[in-house]
Amino acid sequence: MTAGSVTAEPPTGVAPQAASGPGLRRYLTGTLFLLPAFVLLSVWILYPTVYTIVRSFYGRSGFDEFVGIDNFKALFTTSTLTTAIKNNLIWVAVVPAFVTAVGLIFAVLTERVSWSVAFKTVVFLPMAISAFATGVTWRIMYVQDPNLGAVNAVGRAVVDTVNPPGVLSDALPSTPQLTGSAQQGMVLQTPLRAGSVALIGLTGIPPASLPAGAAQAVQPAAKPGRIVGVVWRDFKPGGGVPGKVEPGEVGLPGVTVQLRDSQNKVVKTSAAQDDGTIDFGVVAPGTYHAGVSAGTFAKPWGGYAWLGTKLITPSLLIAYIWIWAGFAMVVIAAGLSSMPRDVLEAARTDGATEWQVFRRVTVPLLAPVLSVVFITMIINVLKVFDLVITLAPGSSQNAASVIALAMWRTSFGGVNDFGVGSAIAVFLFVLVVPVLALNVRRFRREVA
Amino acid sequence: MRSRWTLRAGVVMAVVALGVLVASSIAASAISSRQATTAVSGSITFDGVWTGNEAKNFQGVIGAFNKLYPKVKVNYKPVGDNLPTVLSTAVAGGHPPDMADIAQPGLVKQFVAKGALKPITYARKAFLANFSPAWVQLGTFNSKVYGLVFKASNKSTVWYNVHSFAAAGVKPPTTWPEFAKAAGTLRASGVAPYSIGGADGWTLTDLFENIYLRQAGPTKYAALTAHKLKWTDASVTAALKTMAQVVGTSANMAGGTSGAVQTDFPTSVNNVFQNPPKAAVVLEGDFVPGVATVKAKPSTDYNEFAFPSIAGSPPSVVIGGDTIVAFKDTPAIQAFVNFLATPAAAAAWAAKGGFATGNRKMASTVYPDATTRKTATAIAKAKYVAFDMSDQQPASFGATVGQGEWGLFQDFLRNPTNVSGIQKNLESSAATAYKKGG
Repeated sequence: MTAGSVTAEPPTGVAPQAASGPGLRRYLTGTLFLLPAFVLLSVWILYPTVYTIVRSFYGRSGFDEFVGIDNFKALFTTSTLTTAIKNNLIWVAVVPAFVTAVGLIFAVLTERVSWSVAFKTVVFLPMAISAFATGVTWRIMYVQDPNLGAVNAVGRAVVDTVNPPGVLSDALPSTPQLTGSAQQGMVLQTPLRAGSVALIGLTGIPPASLPAGAAQAVQPAAKPGRIVGVVWRDFKPGGGVPGKVEPGEVGLPGVTVQLRDSQNKVVKTSAAQDDGTIDFGVVAPGTYHAGVSAGTFAKPWGGYAWLGTKLITPSLLIAYIWIWAGFAMVVIAAGLSSMPRDVLEAARTDGATEWQVFRRVTVPLLAPVLSVVFITMIINVLKVFDLVITLAPGSSQNAASVIALAMWRTSFGGVNDFGVGSAIAVFLFVLVVPVLALNVRRFRREVA
Repeated sequence: MRSRWTLRAGVVMAVVALGVLVASSIAASAISSRQATTAVSGSITFDGVWTGNEAKNFQGVIGAFNKLYPKVKVNYKPVGDNLPTVLSTAVAGGHPPDMADIAQPGLVKQFVAKGALKPITYARKAFLANFSPAWVQLGTFNSKVYGLVFKASNKSTVWYNVHSFAAAGVKPPTTWPEFAKAAGTLRASGVAPYSIGGADGWTLTDLFENIYLRQAGPTKYAALTAHKLKWTDASVTAALKTMAQVVGTSANMAGGTSGAVQTDFPTSVNNVFQNPPKAAVVLEGDFVPGVATVKAKPSTDYNEFAFPSIAGSPPSVVIGGDTIVAFKDTPAIQAFVNFLATPAAAAAWAAKGGFATGNRKMASTVYPDATTRKTATAIAKAKYVAFDMSDQQPASFGATVGQGEWGLFQDFLRNPTNVSGIQKNLESSAATAYKKGG
């Protein structure tokens, strides 16, 4: 069949068979061609839409339980659903603007770099990955433990350079006489005088992080006029007796112990030997306290809880913008390339700065393209689902929930309430319709 | 969800198993000793949660059945974790499969209430001959037998890193005070005692159920399950306070509180099984070893002990299990259900590993290795046997990600001092779910 056979002028060889006139025949042909699309649309779009709308007025148990608008009331009174609506508002407020802006910046910049094709390909690549895979990947990158999560690993590299972790980041005091915590440093509450022996026992130190050279701990004998002591790992298999240096327990060489006077001023320091012994030397009369400074216990940076309830939505937004920035860039770049260059040149000749050219010429000329990206993103964001369900762990899904996810969880995720689920679907439909209408109108205007 | 872990457990155990050959020959001889019959014919459609290796093992059970009934064709469809959704939709649409196996007794109850299931009273005699009355009771709804718990798992096991226990010089504890003391010693030795998979809410409800069964006893356990006892009851307060001894101290958990909330179940297992470990102990069921993705050898790297007794409680187990139900009633279905209640059916799968049964007539020598034998026979030996509580409750309360019981126990993990607040929220969430009836 040639293209001409469906136009207003049918080939003459076929025309005589249409005895009832060309009008009806054309009508029938049109119907015939439309029929498959109409059947598919009816089965897959029209019928489910009508069914869902009707279903939303019935309760959990089915069509024997008419509940009126109760399901829609539940939509705005159930806390998990209001959170979802609130989150979706945040998505709509943030994502389209950011994606368009980032896309615009990339598009304008790629015009000026020599490797623009390579750059565009890299930025566009996330679009080639399914949202499901993206969710799983980002979930791994967001893991809080900097040993596992890439994002926090970068953070640790920076933070730990500024604040290096101490040698004994896991240590805990072994006796009640030793107070304080790893954050504040620890102080031995037993008052010390010349001739005293300070016993600083620490536990919670994994064998693997013992300082090199650690040997069997030794409790030194008291020496007249001096303050001596021992700092050691007060643990042997089975626990041992806390506060007592026992065989099998080792010293903690390298730990610096401070001696503070009654004004809490550090007067002397002593680094422990391999067997843990310390010696402050001869001290003036008076009482002293021995302690280990917080720096010794400084923990490596623990990372942000990107997947926790507080940060989960920003984390999702970042991942989503990462996916879609490439799409925006490609569409805007296409718009840019079809832009009349002479206008830009004219503006430059008239003495406009590059910023003025960008703001007053490029952006207004690109407005139709930018609005396409913006509206597409609004629709995409309203129905966002796959990224949220894969990226947010179960414990954060309430905090991360969006309308489409709430619809799925209410209908299938265990609650199995098709009534409220349908109501959420109808609500989502109502939200999307105005944006769609806008898009269709704009499309028609462009065609006209 | 749990069935997936049992699946992987099956993979590992099947590899480990040395006694498989011996055991399967026992099973085979038990089957061939009976006469095949061609009197019954027909086909059965069967939707199940078992996928992968588990589906393969169930095909083995069907194969054993076909030796007796060669003219009955069982078409098993491995649906997986979405089975509740698939079955609910199929029942609503009026075209359920002939049979199914369901991991949630709460869902079985819903189907009984809707009249979707056919009672299997014809198999009652075979049940009573092979199972204890408590097991028959698990499949009884409205005083009629509707289901057979064919495959069970022991959820009262604790898995530990052998090297950590050796370094700290602690032995597997048998009582709760010993357990708490061991935790202190482990922490002093430089390893976090507990690995909590808080991102999966069901690991927390499992811990609570184990404590509650031992501390409050089976009567209150049953009452709380049926929501005849309120969640604000003093027994729940006491159990939550006991639970806070495990999840209440941030330093006792790998990754601290905020890390524990985000740790999913497989990671919580790897935390304990890897070397060096991030924690010494993970409290979950017999499917734990199958979940580990790090290399670890049983007995030398990891081992198991029974969930400790609390205040002198007798041996108790919380079990999970898959219940066989029938949506239709034909001679072929009757023959298959009757067969599944026999020791031969249980042995056909048990020999492959990753399987435990309440069938008392099946010899424990069928189980492929010592660990499985110990955890599996503990089910039969225990004085208190209780089905996983959250699996029996309406799904909106007991089995929904981030909501109901799962979500609220995650809140408890975040803020373990707020016992009364959590109890109030549990009660109001339960009241809503039970009012809606599922």
